[in-house]
Amino acid sequence: MTKDSGRFEIRLSGSGGQGLMLAGKLLAEAASVCDGKNTVQTQSYGPEARGGKSKTDVVISAEEIDYPKATRVDVLLAMTQVSADEYRKSLKEDGLFVVDSYLVDDPGHDSAIGIPFTLLAIEKCGRALFANVIALGAIVELSNAVEWESLEKTVLARVPSGTEDVNKRALDVGREAARSATGKAS
Amino acid sequence: MSGNNERPIWVLQGNEACSVGAVAAGVNFFAGYPITPSSEVAEFMARHLPLIGGRFIQMEDEIASMAAIIGASLAGARSMTATSGPGFSLMQENLGLACLAEIPCVILNVQRAGPSTGLPTQPAQGDVMQTRWGTHGDHAIIALAPATVLECIELTACCVSLSEEFRTPVVLLLDEVIGHMRESVAIPAPGSYKVRSRPLPSDDEEDYQPFCCRCNDVPPMAHFGGPHRFHVTGLTHDERGFPTMVPAEVDKKIRGIVDKIELKADDLAMNEETMTDDCEVLLFAYGSSARVAKASVKDLRERGVKAGLLRVKTIWPFSGKRLKELAPQLRTIIVPEMNLGQLVTEVERAVAGVAPVRHLGRVDGHLFEPDQITDFVLEEIAS
Repeated sequence: MTKDSGRFEIRLSGSGGQGLMLAGKLLAEAASVCDGKNTVQTQSYGPEARGGKSKTDVVISAEEIDYPKATRVDVLLAMTQVSADEYRKSLKEDGLFVVDSYLVDDPGHDSAIGIPFTLLAIEKCGRALFANVIALGAIVELSNAVEWESLEKTVLARVPSGTEDVNKRALDVGREAARSATGKAS
Repeated sequence: MSGNNERPIWVLQGNEACSVGAVAAGVNFFAGYPITPSSEVAEFMARHLPLIGGRFIQMEDEIASMAAIIGASLAGARSMTATSGPGFSLMQENLGLACLAEIPCVILNVQRAGPSTGLPTQPAQGDVMQTRWGTHGDHAIIALAPATVLECIELTACCVSLSEEFRTPVVLLLDEVIGHMRESVAIPAPGSYKVRSRPLPSDDEEDYQPFCCRCNDVPPMAHFGGPHRFHVTGLTHDERGFPTMVPAEVDKKIRGIVDKIELKADDLAMNEETMTDDCEVLLFAYGSSARVAKASVKDLRERGVKAGLLRVKTIWPFSGKRLKELAPQLRTIIVPEMNLGQLVTEVERAVAGVAPVRHLGRVDGHLFEPDQITDFVLEEIAS
């Protein structure tokens, strides 16, 4: 992220129950409370508790944020095929597109980065529900949307007590996966 | 929109911020029935009120919720409920009782797309006229609409204050975008909001008259359980609270509850103006639509269009004062609302043909995009 840019838009999309609202809330908090930026987070989901389309937009800016939703997305995360299909058109030309390659067969985009978040969550953290935190680690590593320390501090402060270690591991798993996906040495 | 760097920055949701504002303003009673997209208010109050000696009651429905906050207020509590369209519909009958019996209380309505069950998780601004006229009979109402999370704190506190000052129900009209939006805010210092208290009679006041009929005064309100005994009824009543059919008394009562609010419309008007000094195209908006309109005004200025924004925070009573002042300089007034034309009718009434008024409506369950408003303005001024 350009540190003095006017507006930086992140869209996290998938299905209800994947923890994307929480992920968006954590990003917004890291950006404002820790990094001192203005942030607005909005959400869109259906009436179901699980399943259905789910999306959250996080807008980060050094300036006042008028329009609260994303329009030209800098970072798009898609955790399902349906959300990849629906939202890839909102991505900026040079935007970063990251998909959960365990659940998305065809990102439909040449420069999409595939990381199997849900599989990594099951294998490295014991449960699929850590996929959201792993994804956060990956997209922050790839985009510098917020400072890494800010993300880590916010996540560890907000997760249920007793789960700090496994959540920290989830962030690191995401960061490592992002580095290997883009060929960066860890 | 972090302002003062001295204060801690929180990321708060609009609904949470309303709850913070309510507690800061001394709300100590909440009765409600959770409904998307307002449920977070009930959730917060359920957790918080017991910690400060207040009461939270989950009622069986919204009819009972409204009745409970009226009862609590009569006993001296600062009371509030929160709901959305379907629940707001059920509250209308008792809302009328609170208007007629002059009982202070605050109703948060986080608007979702209707009618009926509609789209529970998606925004609309379709309850603006229901807020004004949803309960039957002539009455007045105060309604405020925040556009930022900080304003959710401020205006909720303001609703509490106005309900006490005017002895009347006050509605905070949010929409799903504002209610669910999280935004960074500098938390106001404790004691930042001056909240008025209802006028009280002295304990030894003889011939206590609990109801409005003395010009446009707000009469003192004794609390149940105190030394003054008085009658509360939904029948049209005299100064002492007893039913009356005497035409002069009835007329005085109804004009009294309307005039105490409507005659103060200009004083109650809270606006935010953006680049209106030299504007030729005025966008008139409120709530989340006003945020989009503000982005659009900036776009239009970059394209050389002299656009400005008048954002109203006070929806009811409607004040046309600023519109009348601005109208002679305007080529057109554009009113974007997430409905098919509600507050625009008040704008038309105020402007009275001095400038053309155009409505831009959206009812697909989504907020406007800046380009949609900008394109509409460009088409209007080209035609």
